Amino acid sequence: MLTPLTVAVAVAALLLAAWCGLAASRNQPVKDWHYGGMAVVLLLALGQLVVGVVRLAGGDRPAGEGTAVFLAYLVAVLLCLPVVGIVSLSERTRWGSATVSAGAVVLAVLQLRLVDIWSGGVGG
Amino acid sequence: MAEDVREAAGPAGAAGQRERGAEAARRSLREGPGRLLVTLYGVFTVGAASRSAYQLSTKFHEAPLAYLLSALAALVYAFITLSLVRGGRTARRVAMVCCAAELTGVLTVGTWTLLDPSAFPDATVWSDYGLGYVFFPVVLPVTGLLWLRRSRMEHGPAAPAASPR
Repeated sequence: MLTPLTVAVAVAALLLAAWCGLAASRNQPVKDWHYGGMAVVLLLALGQLVVGVVRLAGGDRPAGEGTAVFLAYLVAVLLCLPVVGIVSLSERTRWGSATVSAGAVVLAVLQLRLVDIWSGGVGG
Repeated sequence: MAEDVREAAGPAGAAGQRERGAEAARRSLREGPGRLLVTLYGVFTVGAASRSAYQLSTKFHEAPLAYLLSALAALVYAFITLSLVRGGRTARRVAMVCCAAELTGVLTVGTWTLLDPSAFPDATVWSDYGLGYVFFPVVLPVTGLLWLRRSRMEHGPAAPAASPR
């Protein structure tokens, strides 16, 4: 797995979480700029999926027996932000921002799990 | 939002008022903080369900107890998510029971894994009070119960027949 990219996705997701968390604490809904931020993180996640699939196609495998799990996690990473993005569209209050923030935290946590699975951790 | 309803319902008929109160109660469970709660429960439902589906189908014999508990946790999460989205008085009651069950589950399994780790060769969502999930499994039901209780008190006056307190 490409460690720099994973770290980049995780850091970007945490920054997004902090940014939207700040908006929530200031009683602000999600604004256009936040959606821009989500798009950036989403693109990084998409890049990660592509790199992951290319590595798998090239014969690289997670150390354990978790290839399917690994792929499932890559897809889950990609789905996080679209889901909370849609939720935040219909919740134009601070709670929409809080939801996006939570989704970004989940994305960052999934990065930890990805690294874990790739290095042969319990794939479940 | 609760204030809006009460103001608007002033001179209207009692039936209309009650209907509107019920509708507001239905919506209010999934709006505002409820939206965040529903999203988190949704995440946990998907996570726990896919995890347990994978575990049950590929390696059930390794840790049957842990995997069955994971599946049970997934079911409880799914139930709560659905109830919160659906809203209304019955759904709120169901959600409260499920949150209480979830809290009981996480406390029981958490204590159990600490006292007798050998019973669980593999982790469940509820192992060590949800340590592997940043303690969310123990925080969520408490938040859920508080939220359900608050929205019940807010909408209590709109439906006098069903507010014992």
